Amino acid sequence: MQPFTTLTAVAAPLAIANCDTDKVIPARLLRKLRAPPHGYAPYLFYDMRFDAQGGERPEFVLNQPAYRNAGIIVADVNFGCGSSREGAVYAMMDHGIRSVIAPSFGDIHYANEIQNGMLPVILPEDTCRKLREQLHAKPGAELSIDLEAQTVTDPAGESHRFQIDAIYKERLLKGLDEVGLVLEHLPEIEAFEKKHHSEHGWLA
Amino acid sequence: MTPRTLFDKIWQQHVIASREGESLLYVDRNFVHEGAFHAFFALAKEGRKVRRPRQTFATADHYVPTVGREHGLAGVIDPEIRGMIELLEHNARENGLLHLGIDDPRQGIVHVVGPELGITQPGLTITCGDSHTSTHGAFGALAFGIGASQLKQILATQCLWQKKPKTLRVVVDGTLVAGVGGKDIILAIIAKIGTAGATGHTIEFAGSAIRALSMEGRLTVCNMAIEAGARAGMIAPDDTTFRYIEGRELAPQGADWDRALQWWRTLPSDEGASFDREVHLGGSALEPTITWGTSPEEALPVSAQVPAPGEMAGADKREHAISALAYMGLTPGMALTDIVIDRAFIGTCTNGRIEDLRAAAAILKGRKAVVPAWVSPGSSQIKRQAEAEGLDRIFTEAGFEWRASGCSACAAMNGDIVPAGMRCASTSNRNFEGRQGKGARTHLMSPAMVAAAAVTGRITDVRTLL
Ligand code: SF4
Repeated sequence: MQPFTTLTAVAAPLAIANCDTDKVIPARLLRKLRAPPHGYAPYLFYDMRFDAQGGERPEFVLNQPAYRNAGIIVADVNFGCGSSREGAVYAMMDHGIRSVIAPSFGDIHYANEIQNGMLPVILPEDTCRKLREQLHAKPGAELSIDLEAQTVTDPAGESHRFQIDAIYKERLLKGLDEVGLVLEHLPEIEAFEKKHHSEHGWLA
Repeated sequence: MTPRTLFDKIWQQHVIASREGESLLYVDRNFVHEGAFHAFFALAKEGRKVRRPRQTFATADHYVPTVGREHGLAGVIDPEIRGMIELLEHNARENGLLHLGIDDPRQGIVHVVGPELGITQPGLTITCGDSHTSTHGAFGALAFGIGASQLKQILATQCLWQKKPKTLRVVVDGTLVAGVGGKDIILAIIAKIGTAGATGHTIEFAGSAIRALSMEGRLTVCNMAIEAGARAGMIAPDDTTFRYIEGRELAPQGADWDRALQWWRTLPSDEGASFDREVHLGGSALEPTITWGTSPEEALPVSAQVPAPGEMAGADKREHAISALAYMGLTPGMALTDIVIDRAFIGTCTNGRIEDLRAAAAILKGRKAVVPAWVSPGSSQIKRQAEAEGLDRIFTEAGFEWRASGCSACAAMNGDIVPAGMRCASTSNRNFEGRQGKGARTHLMSPAMVAAAAVTGRITDVRTLL
């Protein structure tokens, strides 16, 4: 996994409450292979980004020149609720987005971002609103995220501290492979299995 | 000993190691469907195989067509869709998994076949790369959805690092009136606490109205726990649970059954066990409940009117309601029963079980649908059972198409879509924009309510047709 340390990038405001993962990538596109060079990038926010003929909708934020290369999204409450599809993360990553800032996230999506080296940042609703206003006022403005310091610095230079579980922080900073983290405990797993399956033989 | 919750008991029994707020949790049962291909790719890329193949079960559901199934795989016209079904079969074979493929008589929707085959049991930890894995919690299991990366870990190790969720007890007391069931309970709960109301929590559903539900009703309730943001939903196992499991193909038998039963009876939350939060809902006053908007929390009793966003508390709720009403083509103040529908759909892991089909058929008997309508039973076994009971004839005589089993128009991945602008009365669990097809308008409701809407052409209080 690619480590996440710091990121300074253009941020796009996306004021949609409960932005579900069906919105991030519609179900009908999930059968696509994540093939190089673009991967899932063309499918990101597909129905919001494109019209029925496949033409870009100019009003959608990522279609506007200033936000095309956004590496951060500043979203609204309950971002990524709904379906567990990791394709939502692949679409963002492949489009170049490495962090979503929101007041809250759907649990499964939050975990999916961490698993892929994306950083979900939780900041209060007011702060997120203020950040989105700043980004609207100055299209193309950048935010700076420092995971070690747990801060987001806005275009006005103000820094906002966020909370993240120590364990997720470490995993992102080091880009740790999770299967490896589990297999470190293989002897304990085997001992557990032996006992568990001797007590509940039909589960083995 | 301190009183413990059902959740605590299962959690503690499955923790292998702990560190900094996370626990290494053992997974008893894991399910995969066609969408698992990313996880299998990653696994193969790392040169790994499924570590405990007898603990993972594969079923083709999301992409299987619901028509032309007598031709098996050859009947799947779209090459991409056929590829998805073949890929699952390939990965299952490579890894030695039990695979319920497109023409297996036991094929069905993953959250329907798990219980039906007796794979889902009380006290187990259960995972699947699908958010509605919460369904299995109806048996008193800890069951939750995961993404592809975590699925890969489980395939590779049978374990998962997990942060312990908080607990929320939702107590529903009272006696439901005829025409009200599990779907109405869960829609009312989500409307009350919101789609993020249980984020970070596992919900235990309790109370006399929950106890009185059949397994089918309990599965519907737990299925939609995720729509309240919950990690998992669970219901304490009792005799209703045990009666359902006994004798099923993969359930414990003989001496194992007796041992299992002894263990399962110890699982319900102890008297006085404490939950991080508690919510109460009166069951007796519940009406048939439907969604009017594009989020499952945008639900109301059928006697209500389409709400006015201006009267809602909270800016984000108001904004969401404004865009939802525009998408749904509805006007504030109109009676929900004045909403005219274009399609009716019965099926899915929420409401595609035998009892659901019986409830819908009871309304349809001797009546005719006035809109195009179809049924896709939750599993191939349910389809056969319904046919043995003569339900298929009731549906077809009422003008419904009697289809094969799969996810169908729930997520519309198999091509069963609701056309843009069309309004569908649906038994599924998500009314998100575009969920049933681009531009499709979805109203979630119970199977009996869908049947009532199908025969009248509008949202109808099913109690007037009982
Ligand atoms: S029926 Fe719908 S919710 Fe259930 S597993 Fe299939 S797509 Fe998911």
